Amino acid sequence: MTTPISTPTSTPMNSYEAGKPIMTDLNGQTLLCLRTLTEENPASLETYIKLGGYSALKRIVSENTKATDIITQVKNSGLRGRGGAGFPTGLKWSFMPRYFDGIKYLVCNSDEGEPGTFKDRDIIRYNPHQLIEGMAIAAYTLGARVGYNYIHGEIWQDYDIFEAALHEAKAAGYLGENLFGTNFCFDLYAVHGYGAYICGEETALIESIEGKKGQPRFKPPFPASYGVFGKPTNVNNTESYASIPWIMHHGGEAFAALGVPNSGGTKLFSVSGHVGKPGNYEVKMGTPFTELLEMAGGVWKGRKLKAVIPGGPSTPVMPASAIMGATMDYEGLSKARSSLGAGSMIVMDETTCMVKALHRLSYFFYEESCGQCTPCREGTGWVYRVMTRIVNGKGKMEDLDLLTDVSNNIAGRTICALGEAAATPVLSFIKHFRPEFEYYIQHGKSMVESQMDAVVDGKAEPK
Amino acid sequence: MLSPQAIEKIDYELTKYPADQRLAAVMSALRIVQTERGWLSKESITDVAQYLRIPEIAALEVAGFYNMYDLSPVGQYKITVCTNISCMLRDSDEIVDHLKAKLGVGFNEVTADGKFCLKEGECMGACGGAPLMTVNNHTMHEFLTPEKVDAILEALK
Repeated sequence: MTTPISTPTSTPMNSYEAGKPIMTDLNGQTLLCLRTLTEENPASLETYIKLGGYSALKRIVSENTKATDIITQVKNSGLRGRGGAGFPTGLKWSFMPRYFDGIKYLVCNSDEGEPGTFKDRDIIRYNPHQLIEGMAIAAYTLGARVGYNYIHGEIWQDYDIFEAALHEAKAAGYLGENLFGTNFCFDLYAVHGYGAYICGEETALIESIEGKKGQPRFKPPFPASYGVFGKPTNVNNTESYASIPWIMHHGGEAFAALGVPNSGGTKLFSVSGHVGKPGNYEVKMGTPFTELLEMAGGVWKGRKLKAVIPGGPSTPVMPASAIMGATMDYEGLSKARSSLGAGSMIVMDETTCMVKALHRLSYFFYEESCGQCTPCREGTGWVYRVMTRIVNGKGKMEDLDLLTDVSNNIAGRTICALGEAAATPVLSFIKHFRPEFEYYIQHGKSMVESQMDAVVDGKAEPK
Repeated sequence: MLSPQAIEKIDYELTKYPADQRLAAVMSALRIVQTERGWLSKESITDVAQYLRIPEIAALEVAGFYNMYDLSPVGQYKITVCTNISCMLRDSDEIVDHLKAKLGVGFNEVTADGKFCLKEGECMGACGGAPLMTVNNHTMHEFLTPEKVDAILEALK
């Protein structure tokens, strides 16, 4: 049974406006990237040092640890890129040229713009020093002299927090010249986007750092050989770097053991949409979906679960029946025919109209296509116009095949993955919820909303 | 002409890049000038380009590509509401309708007194706090309700 939509009363856990971000009830979480959250001032250097922060960096640099040993630890950890692609971090690190005559760069991708993704924001605002330490360890390992953390422009207050943390770290001798009395030097800077989803794609991000439009580059060459200012560059996600200090403390095997085979460690899940307590939850890889949903307060208002987009809209939507038995790790979700992505769980209850949800997503990809590749630039506009026609009650049954055809002609025909990302919601929404689309086209109105109206009308009738 | 304050801030940003890569600072230079002047006029673009010693077109194409830069006036307060999926599921439509009724403007319009402009935004990467909006790009307000929006607008008056 549905209930009328009302104002949410939930109190999310990690937010400016929910008061102190201190976490007294871990609620089954395993805090690793967000481990400072249990403290009074989570973002301060003092807090981080108290928790043993920067000791891994100090030991590695002072003892002149071999880069290959560090890369071996990262490989053993099973850490896979947390930005969505899931590429093994240790393997990526081994692609950086060891010897290069000139400056090598390190880049952190904190440009979260995939709808439903907001995990890196909490690392930046609640545990910035762990990210800085992770980047410094990576810089030492890969021989990078300069680093940039590229932060999503919309979370400006958090950009300021990170800049302040950088100044703190530099003043305390964790960044800059000749660290710990050695010849290791690393300068790290905060830079920002200003409203372009595409800059989350690593080569578009590099273009943006260089002060250009964020249009992805052809790969190869990969950033490891031709990155920022044409120099060898390693790009990782925020959460990936923030996992490194823990791995260096406890060893790669210990990190791997936290998770399940092929998905080592913990993972931050951004849970948004129709749940009681939206927010970030850091849990061990392999945690059952049902447990995570329960942590997030369950489906709000006592309603039934309809669908979940498990890793951001570029991962296929899953009907409730498909995700209820799934575990939250790379293989668990691929077995259930979707993907972990960035761990951005968008939860939709039974009152959600999937046609309107897809309409909004299609506008997003149309708006955010960088315009460089014709199939994506034209195709996303085409999909959006057809979806608008359907939502306005002017759809034709052939439109469903047209949407599928256009999407299949975007995917795989573009320089970057935005093409696939734009096609995925179209293909998966129609695949799993085809009757809703057909109803909308036949009746010129939403099936779900019609059912809700019927319920409300039924109640209103005198007995 | 850039103000001394703007120049100081741009100079700080330039320290982040190699000396021969002044173009790299264009993202922050445009942001700094826009924050100071409210929006980016042709003249502002020229000022930034001249200071960074880059072609004007290089500054203009960046300003036109990223949607937090404004190439037309946006009033004293630009309010950008996210309507993307996570916000939509938490009823951002109600917030948008409320703002439109309260301000008497639609998206991309400025109120008659030049005080407010309403914009539709794309995902801001803070979906746990949905529905949400930013004021002048840099201040985010989360967990919005119509009452909360009223209080925010009141404080800006």
